[in-house]
Amino acid sequence: MHQSTLAQLSAALESKQISSEELTRLYLDRCKKFNESLNCFITINEDEALEKAKQADKQRAENKHTSLTGIPVAQKDIFCTNGIKTSCGSKMLDNFIAPYDATVIEKMNAAGFVTLGKTNMDEFAMGSTNETSFYGPVKNPWDSERVPGGSSGGSASAVAARLSPVATGTDTGGSIRQPASLCGITGLKPTYGRVSRYGMIAFASSLDQGGPMTQTAEDAALMMNVIAGFDERDSTSAEQPIDDYTEKLNDSIEGLKIGLPKEYFSEGLDSNIAKIIEDGIKELEKLGATCKEIELPNTELSIPAYYVVAPAECSSNLSRFDGVRFGYRCDEPKDLSDLYTRSRGEGFGKEVKRRIMIGAYVLSAGYYDAYYLQAQKIRRLIRDDFQNSFKDVDVIAGPTATGTAFKLNEMMDDPVSMYLSDIYTVSVNLAGLPALSMPAGFVNKLPVGMQLIGNYFEESKLLNIAHQFQQATDHHQQIPEGFE
Amino acid sequence: MSLDKSEVEKIAWLARLAIDEQDIPDYSDELSNILELVERMNSVNTDGISPIAHPLELSARLRTDEVTETNQRDHFQKDAPLIDEGCYLVPKVIE
Amino acid sequence: MEWETVIGLEIHAQLATKSKIFSGASTTYGSEPNTQACAVDLGLPGVLPVINKEVVSMAVKFGVAIGAIIPERSVFARKNYFYPDLPKGYQISQFEHPIVSRGNIEIELEDGTTKTVGVTRAHLEEDAGKSMHDGFGDNTGIDLNRAGTPLLEIVSEPDMRNAKEAVAYMKKIHSIVRYLEICDGNMQEGSFRCDANVSVRPKGQKEYGTRAELKNINSFRFVETAINIEVERQIDLIEEGGSVLQETRLYDANKNETRSMRSKEEANDYRYFPDPDLLPIDIEASFIEQIKSELPELPDAKKQRFINDFNLSEYDSGVLTAQKEMADYFETCVKAANGESKLSSNWITGELAASLNKANKDINDSPVSAEMLGGMVKRIKDDTISGKIAKQVFEAMWNAEGDADAIIESKGLKQVTDTGAIEKLVEDVIANSPDQVAQYQAAPEEKQGKLIGYFVGQIMKQSQGKANPKQVNELLKVKLKS
Repeated sequence: MHQSTLAQLSAALESKQISSEELTRLYLDRCKKFNESLNCFITINEDEALEKAKQADKQRAENKHTSLTGIPVAQKDIFCTNGIKTSCGSKMLDNFIAPYDATVIEKMNAAGFVTLGKTNMDEFAMGSTNETSFYGPVKNPWDSERVPGGSSGGSASAVAARLSPVATGTDTGGSIRQPASLCGITGLKPTYGRVSRYGMIAFASSLDQGGPMTQTAEDAALMMNVIAGFDERDSTSAEQPIDDYTEKLNDSIEGLKIGLPKEYFSEGLDSNIAKIIEDGIKELEKLGATCKEIELPNTELSIPAYYVVAPAECSSNLSRFDGVRFGYRCDEPKDLSDLYTRSRGEGFGKEVKRRIMIGAYVLSAGYYDAYYLQAQKIRRLIRDDFQNSFKDVDVIAGPTATGTAFKLNEMMDDPVSMYLSDIYTVSVNLAGLPALSMPAGFVNKLPVGMQLIGNYFEESKLLNIAHQFQQATDHHQQIPEGFE
Repeated sequence: MSLDKSEVEKIAWLARLAIDEQDIPDYSDELSNILELVERMNSVNTDGISPIAHPLELSARLRTDEVTETNQRDHFQKDAPLIDEGCYLVPKVIE
Repeated sequence: MEWETVIGLEIHAQLATKSKIFSGASTTYGSEPNTQACAVDLGLPGVLPVINKEVVSMAVKFGVAIGAIIPERSVFARKNYFYPDLPKGYQISQFEHPIVSRGNIEIELEDGTTKTVGVTRAHLEEDAGKSMHDGFGDNTGIDLNRAGTPLLEIVSEPDMRNAKEAVAYMKKIHSIVRYLEICDGNMQEGSFRCDANVSVRPKGQKEYGTRAELKNINSFRFVETAINIEVERQIDLIEEGGSVLQETRLYDANKNETRSMRSKEEANDYRYFPDPDLLPIDIEASFIEQIKSELPELPDAKKQRFINDFNLSEYDSGVLTAQKEMADYFETCVKAANGESKLSSNWITGELAASLNKANKDINDSPVSAEMLGGMVKRIKDDTISGKIAKQVFEAMWNAEGDADAIIESKGLKQVTDTGAIEKLVEDVIANSPDQVAQYQAAPEEKQGKLIGYFVGQIMKQSQGKANPKQVNELLKVKLKS
């Protein structure tokens, strides 16, 4: 049963093959059993989950349910969950019991999802390896010596190991797609503004976007149907009506025009990965798509621009963590400055402090124009590159990550190398586009993801292509050894 | 751009972060490396290009002036480290 | 050396909305600490701001009222600094793109001339909470009820040259925001407050001197004294060979001095950048037109109209129109007094103003309504009562004894205008005063005017002041001749 997709579980519950309580117990048992080794959960909500599952069964008995009522889910610990610890992977929020639900959580609760627990993540979503978490690194179920990627590494690992059928993630510079790639699952970063950011602890407000992390594109579509949509509490959310994301899943992709950015296949890419991606593209061509090379000339600039915009916004967003109203407070502060500097100095980890300092620096007097303003101008160039490409092609395809999962500690003391590994993902956030990573094969038994980038609000098209690809391939059905 | 000790200290204070004296050289190196990376973007001329405000370039939607929130002080203050008579406490501030 | 003072004001007007600028929490003043601070006001992790439409309308209203430029696009920015009453570690404000750009204010100077003071800009921002330093032992208590209350910060050019001009400017802005009903103007509650940038320079010098910023001055009187004290301090300092520091200073009304604030703080680096949680506000021309068409009559226009339509002096009109409620009171009063404007004006600026002042009451809380006062003025005008009797009537109205007519009736204060009754009084007094009659009749005509006073006095005494003095005089003259 734990190998089932969301769609299959929905059918099993509907046909009373299993109850939500049984299903929830099954997943909770797996979570408890494997969390010791994988460390993908910060909190497992056994009692609340079982309570919710019983409620779900009652709702099903009374015919007051949705098709997803009673299905377990793992929530990234960046989403505020009322009454449940919401740590954001940080010592700063180790004692924080969120007093309200994020919009995404509210919507999933309303749809009847059962929250198994809160997943581990890089501290405040800052990291690409999950090693910056206060709660220790998450392990990749494909190789326990390796990281799952980040920042949504706990969610990716949990879904890959089938500790939860689906999970939520957030993506600021690749934090859904890169761990999805490294763990062999499907992850969708929606268009900026498509999924509400309310209650999602902000890292970089103009880049952050929540989305589904699932086994299949179909499951991602089912989840998008629940979480997407306008939210009046988020000023940056888009008022545009939402699709039924499952509607176009089965459309043919005959005649689809795919752009292959030459910058995404250059010397930085591992040749084994390149081979997998090329094979994947051939598969899409077999399904009727045509490919052409395109140029995204400002790709090189995306990393520098990203590492100005994201730290600048984070330095300001994280100022609210001051030890006064919530979160970590240092012992016996001798005065106000001591309260601030020690609470923050002791509560934040090193990578977070680095980014806060970079952010404070690039915004400080005399540097704003050279850094922040320049970066926001480069965002426009990057956005324009994509818009020009979408005049010729329907979607853009390429690798999600430059390689397979890193070894633990490989990147820890080299932030710049870690940053550079985000080269294929950050442009999408700077431009606000939707993009998806789907399993495309394996290199040395480690999963490799292929990325599809769409134009604004074309999540349905991405899900359609991925679904068609998954109908023709079985990469997404592979389960790591020991977790079958 | 490389950042020396005093600049690291200045930024840490601006961001209200206590950092250990012994960590300053590391911060100095790492932050300098990051800035070096970031400065690659100066290679492009952006004269006449307007900065992006929102990826979709939308403008603000305004909220009706209505009171929609109720008093949840006790609920919110469960997360507070130190409170008295409904107030959050900080070490005495001298103005 | 002769010195010139240069003053610029930053006025913070709390906008009179029901809910806060970025949240749906109430803005009511004086509630229990932190009971009106919602998740957004507290800056809880994950919360987001949403702009209140009314705040934008009110700011545009102000801009239109002072003939300012309203840019098509305005942007919220974050002003980053750490302070306990600032929950997010940044204040959402406006920096490069304020909602209101350059405008002008006319002020009247003491010599009767007018002067134009430039308004550099007016921008929207959220108010901070309050720090309470007493009653928490070694701690400071933080109440965030005020956090997120909408503020319009109105920044003037350094156009004022003495404290009196600064007060006139501040009063004018106060009057405008109250006319527009965008701010209650309550200075005790901090709804309307002001920071003053003050510097001095040798007369004739072009460059400005170094300025000090005087913080949070909460009355018109304090603005004047605080500026004067600061100017004196700066001149003394320079003349003793020192120099003025650019710093923030606090005015202490009790000690009557200004002193340096937060002196330990390094120069602030606010790291402004556009708030990524909020989108730019686009203001369409049609919206500005609509606001323009709905704009109420403003103090300057009203003052001119009162001069023209009611024949008032410049001074009286200025007094009556400074406060909208006062002007409304006047107009209602005139209407009730069948159009008698001069007497109405005299009574409002005289007896009524004095009584209100004495009772420490506002015109809105006047026990004598405009209708009541108008009703009384009407009775003076139609000779039902004399001006002297009217004072009694006013006092009775003030003490809630009814309206003028009822009081006149119940106290029998109506003037006696019945010729027969007056004739009887006159005849009685003449009959009882043979000596005085003889004296009057013997006197030359030019002295008779004075002597007749005796008879008038007697008659008024007999009639308890109610006999119509004009009739009495006329009759006396006739009767005493024969």
